[in-house]
Amino acid sequence: MTHVKIALAQIKTRLGDVQANLAKHLELIDEAGRRGADLVVFPELSLTGYVLQDLTPTVAHRAESQDPVFQPLLQASRSIDILVGFVEGDVRHRFYIAAAYLSRGEVLHVHRKVYLPTYGLFDEGRFFAWGDQIRAFDTRFGRFGVLICEDFWHASPPYLLWLDGADVFLFISASPGRGLNGEDRLESARWVEQINQAYASLFTAFVAHTNRVGFEDGLNFWGGATVFDPNGVCLAQGPYHEEALTLADLDLAQLNRTRTRLPLLRDERTALVQRELERILRRD
Amino acid sequence: MVDPKPTLDINTDLARGILIDFLATEIRRAGFERAVLGLSGGLDSTLACYLTAEALGPQNVLAVRMPYRTSAPESLEHAGLVIQASGVQELTIPISDMVDPLLAHVPEGETVRRGNIMARARMIILYDQSAATGGLVVGTGNKTEILLGYTTLYGDSACALNPLGDLYKTQVRQLARAIGVPEVILAKAPSADLWKGQTDEAELGFTYAEVDRLLVLLVDGRYSPQACVEAGFEEAFVRAVIERIRRNQYKRALPLIAKLSNRTVGYDFLYLRDWGT
Repeated sequence: MTHVKIALAQIKTRLGDVQANLAKHLELIDEAGRRGADLVVFPELSLTGYVLQDLTPTVAHRAESQDPVFQPLLQASRSIDILVGFVEGDVRHRFYIAAAYLSRGEVLHVHRKVYLPTYGLFDEGRFFAWGDQIRAFDTRFGRFGVLICEDFWHASPPYLLWLDGADVFLFISASPGRGLNGEDRLESARWVEQINQAYASLFTAFVAHTNRVGFEDGLNFWGGATVFDPNGVCLAQGPYHEEALTLADLDLAQLNRTRTRLPLLRDERTALVQRELERILRRD
Repeated sequence: MVDPKPTLDINTDLARGILIDFLATEIRRAGFERAVLGLSGGLDSTLACYLTAEALGPQNVLAVRMPYRTSAPESLEHAGLVIQASGVQELTIPISDMVDPLLAHVPEGETVRRGNIMARARMIILYDQSAATGGLVVGTGNKTEILLGYTTLYGDSACALNPLGDLYKTQVRQLARAIGVPEVILAKAPSADLWKGQTDEAELGFTYAEVDRLLVLLVDGRYSPQACVEAGFEEAFVRAVIERIRRNQYKRALPLIAKLSNRTVGYDFLYLRDWGT
């Protein structure tokens, strides 16, 4: 398959009301399908809302066919691939900020957020366990990688996904808007857009990002979904602060054209990176 | 060259959009369609009135004028201009009869006590109107006065939600100008109007323009006191403002609860107000 039509859902959620959020997901999945999308991507914690605090254990699910929330989502994934954000509770009663990639009725991949911001207005480390794997995975469109918000504020997770074969990066956020100044967008929006564009350019890959909208108490979420192509060109951008389903057509043949012109992947010295990293980490 | 220091300049279209959306979303989420606010005719309450009218529709906003016998007559007139321009519902309830029996026991010179009594009387009226009309009380306090504690606890600071609490006075002025607040309101000296001739800046001992430039460095920019002095502020001024912020932290916090159990409201019983909505 040389083209993937991707739909980025930027939605409001009801805080802690999984059933209401599930209903909204199913509506948008249906709409994305009707508009010809192959894949629909939802934001971080799209099934639960973001500032969960003590609600965390009450909204946890597992991405499996017996789960009452994942059952209808898996059913819907028979016609369109879905990336959904949720709270995963494991058998040892730990809770993770997670994202599940569903395709043809199967769970292809679950990513557990590795970097939990616990500073400033963020308090994720207080309520959640951190994931300890960063893995690319194969889809019917090619090899993908998924990261959640703070994961891609660090440079290493996208780099690892790149080396693990990901050509399409799916980034999802619940990013509170902050940093109002004289510019045309909030500082948080500017920052995320800059790094997404940088990753697309540095890794000569597709980078799609979607983000929550709406409010939780005084926090606003700014939306502004984007897709950047392997040249770092913005293919599509959703509106700020409004619910939207933004569609973009990824021409996967662009990977070939860009990487022929600019063979950064071919020339990456991974053995050197490994050697130097080992030396650096051995130092103390 | 770009000045790396944080500045007070804001994109007013962006601010307006977020604040209107905030008011509409959070008021309706709480199960309300209407709002109540105290309209003094000053800059803050005027801006809050315009924003709330735009968020809910002016027919759903009740602006309450609550003059005392010594209030400046132009305050009432300016509030009238705002009511007319924004199209909100209006109610005028003078507080003189309500507070005079109490003020009779407070010496004239004790202006802070007298001012607090008036501010709290206005709070009683607003919350009564909230119950009477089914509207949430919208706050009008700005970031400068919240940080400096230049506010009456359970008085003018009492509200259900506050659209202006993260805007310095200088930014309130910028946004108010962009939204089209009448020039006469933009031009006059800020005043709580609690006694004749009172102005905020005379009472505080510095101007908003001056203190806002310091606050944006200290609070938003996380500058150290020494770095603020190096940026051109008088050391005594920097120290005085920092001490004022520290001393007034109690006004920004909920009352302390003595922890005894394993789970205590405020410490480890943690939910947003938007819980379940």
